Amino acid sequence: MRALAAAVGAIVVAASVLAGEIPPAERRSGYDFMSRETRAMQDDETANPATLWVLEGAALWQRKVGEAGRACADCHGDARTSMKGAAARHPVFDAARGRPVSLEQRINACRVDRQQAPALAWESRDLLALTVFVARQSRGLPIDMPVDGRTQPFLDAGRATFQRRQGQLNLACSQCHDDHWGRQLAGNVIPQAHPTGYPIYRLEWQSVGSLQRRLRNCLVGMRAEAYDYGAPELVDLELYLMWRARGMTFEAPGVRP
Amino acid sequence: MANALISVPARARRGEIIEIKTLVSHPMETGYRRTQLGARIPRDIVRLFVCSYNGVEIFRAELHPAIAANPFIVFPTIATESGTLTFQWTGDNGFSVTESAAIAVE
Amino acid sequence: MQPASRREFLWAAGGAAGLGLLGLVVRPAEATPAAMQEAIRKVVGTAKVSPGRVKLELPPLVENGNTVPLAVSVESAMTEADHVRAIHVFTEKNPQPDVVGFRFGPRAGRASVSTRVRLADTQAVVAIAELSDSSFWSATVNVVVTLAACLEEA
Repeated sequence: MRALAAAVGAIVVAASVLAGEIPPAERRSGYDFMSRETRAMQDDETANPATLWVLEGAALWQRKVGEAGRACADCHGDARTSMKGAAARHPVFDAARGRPVSLEQRINACRVDRQQAPALAWESRDLLALTVFVARQSRGLPIDMPVDGRTQPFLDAGRATFQRRQGQLNLACSQCHDDHWGRQLAGNVIPQAHPTGYPIYRLEWQSVGSLQRRLRNCLVGMRAEAYDYGAPELVDLELYLMWRARGMTFEAPGVRP
Repeated sequence: MANALISVPARARRGEIIEIKTLVSHPMETGYRRTQLGARIPRDIVRLFVCSYNGVEIFRAELHPAIAANPFIVFPTIATESGTLTFQWTGDNGFSVTESAAIAVE
Repeated sequence: MQPASRREFLWAAGGAAGLGLLGLVVRPAEATPAAMQEAIRKVVGTAKVSPGRVKLELPPLVENGNTVPLAVSVESAMTEADHVRAIHVFTEKNPQPDVVGFRFGPRAGRASVSTRVRLADTQAVVAIAELSDSSFWSATVNVVVTLAACLEEA
């Protein structure tokens, strides 16, 4: 009887580990799945191509723009202090908008509301430069994603998207990234999909790009409909992915294959 | 806009071999890619990189489309005297970027 | 940006696979080992190329052919009398065989250089060093280039 109970218990445990999230102690950044050379490219900021965008972002930070003729620096001063930790806790709940917003959306909100300048287009050089510059100020810090009553529903929506089968292949993100991480998919190792390094310089893009760009790539790769940039589904998914990576070290700007 | 990133030690001992790292912002369009409609995207690359030390050329690289985007080149030189290292990249469509870095040699 | 038809999408996905930025399905006529030999001949002329003295380092297995770190060095005292004049790099299966040519002098102190290259396919990469005594030395490395698993659409 005890043996049967133990056997059933083992099966139940196995099933819940398979279908569930990665145990916190087993979480590893995409960095750990990369070759030695690609890691070196990320670690050495004088060799990391994303540094070119970071420097552009630093210049944009000082530039006065818009009807208000204001620079980011005019309100936020030295980004090294004012932006420290910011990227490591986005998406963050925005009371005015009643929902979480990503770092790019927050930057654009500032541009429109406070600088009276037009919003920057997704994946535009300027938005990427500003985002990666701000993200750089959180490099080395732990990802900090506390959840409260306001953000819980959005977190749940993000988790549901992650676990929902989608597209022509009827695949869910969790099937690769929770259940089969570490295995090979056509010559590449499947990472756990923690957004620890975003915005990244992706070797495939030969450019810096956002997490939303990467998520859309994945959706297209799964033969699913890619949500538009800035769509609530993508921001909720970002929120869930950052929460799933809470406590892990923020590496931006990362380099990925 | 950040065109280039240079990494040179600010000071060195006379005769010491120093390592210089250079990174320049450029897509290095190969000329072999096509748009979805089949039209060829014309070649647009950095073709030449020259480093001079107090006006004397000490290193040169001739680049072809097989150099990855945002060309990264690391090379050594002997720290002979204090002065200025100049870096120049030139390429297709009149591309030209010049940067310099000072070095103190004791 | 979604493609107009599924066939277009499948072509784009299949055709772009593995060749990354170079985006070719059919290898053009000039990308052959013979083309590489011709390019090498343009540099060395009729001189003999001896294997040795050159150390060429590339990762044996490359995650993405768009950006492959490459380091090459040559044993040399780098004196006025005996130094490396140039290092040339070639590939045998890229659309063009020439990759880069580096020119040195005794002021380099050391004949070593690193960069990042593009490799269209699994292939051999060859580095040829030209010394001040007009001799030529070479090293060859075989690299395996894997394909990106999930390709981007435009």
